Amino acid sequence: MVNNKAGMTLIVKTITRLTVGLIMLFGIYIVFHGHLSPGGGFAGGVIVALSFVHLMLVFGKDFAMAKISRNLASNLESVGALMFLFVALLGFLGGSFFHNVIAKGKPFDLFSSGTIILSNISIGLKVGVGLFAIFLALVVLEMAKKE
Amino acid sequence: MIFAAIVAIEVNDLLSSVVAVGAVGFALCVAFLILKAPDLAITQLVVEILCLIILIRATIKRDLPLVIEGRWVFNTFVTIIFIVVFLFLSYFVFKELPAFGQPIMRVANLYLNEGVLKTGSVNLVTSVILDFRAYDTLGEATVLFASIIGLMAVLRSPGRKGKGKV
Repeated sequence: MVNNKAGMTLIVKTITRLTVGLIMLFGIYIVFHGHLSPGGGFAGGVIVALSFVHLMLVFGKDFAMAKISRNLASNLESVGALMFLFVALLGFLGGSFFHNVIAKGKPFDLFSSGTIILSNISIGLKVGVGLFAIFLALVVLEMAKKE
Repeated sequence: MIFAAIVAIEVNDLLSSVVAVGAVGFALCVAFLILKAPDLAITQLVVEILCLIILIRATIKRDLPLVIEGRWVFNTFVTIIFIVVFLFLSYFVFKELPAFGQPIMRVANLYLNEGVLKTGSVNLVTSVILDFRAYDTLGEATVLFASIIGLMAVLRSPGRKGKGKV
C-alpha cells in the first residue's frame, strides 16, 4: 500500500488492483494478435496507455510516475519509432523498402506473417507510451499551474 | 448521433458539451460495427475513451460559460454561404462517384485474392496497412511522433522553472 491519502477511495483502489493487470494484458493480446483478429498495434497501444492512465487516476500522480517516469516514457517511444523504421529498412534484404523478408509460416499461427507482427509490436509500444506521455505532460502542467 | 452533435453545440455548460461529444463518438463506433469494420470500431472506442478522460480532466476544474456575442449576423451569413458553395460543388463530385456498395475494384481485388498468400496474415486490414501500404503507416507514425515531441517541448517550460532561469 502506498500513500493512502492520494487518489480515490479504498473501494476504487481495490477494484483497480484486480482489474488493471487484466486491462494491460488485453492490450498486449490485441497487439500480438493484430494479424489474426480485429485490432492491431494502434488499438492495443491505446489500451495499454489507458491502463496506465487508469492507474494514475486512481492512485495519484506519484504512484504512476514511480512505475514509468517521463524520461523512460519518451525514451521508449523513440525506441518504438526507431524499431518501426528498422523493420522498414529490413526490407532492403529482400530488395525494397518494407519488403516482407521473414518466412511467412502457415496462416492462423501466432508467429505467422513475417514482419507484420514486428511492426505491430513497435507501433503498439510507440502509441501506448506516447499517449501516456501526453497525459503525463498535461497533468504535470496542471500541477505546476496550481502551485 | 446527429441529435447529440446538435446538443453538443447548443448546450451552455462545457461539461455537458463534452459528454455530448462522447455520445457522438460512441454512436460512430456503433455505426462502424454496422458497416462491418470491427478494426475501426475498436480503435474509435479506445481513442474516444482516452480523449474523454483528457477533456473531462481539462474542463472539470474551470467551468467556463460559452461566450456568444459580437457579430453573429455576419458569422451566420458567411457560414450559410460556405455551406451553399460546398453543397453546389459536392453535387458535381457525387455525380462522378460509383454507386454505393459497388466500388471499382481494380487494385483491391489483388489484395483480397492474394493477400493471405503473399503476406500470411489472416486479417486482411492488417495485411494492407502494414504490408502493401506500410509506407503510409510509416508516415502516420512520423506524424504522431512529431506531435508528441512538439507537445512535450511546449509543456516542459513550467516544469523547468523551479530549477532556475531559462
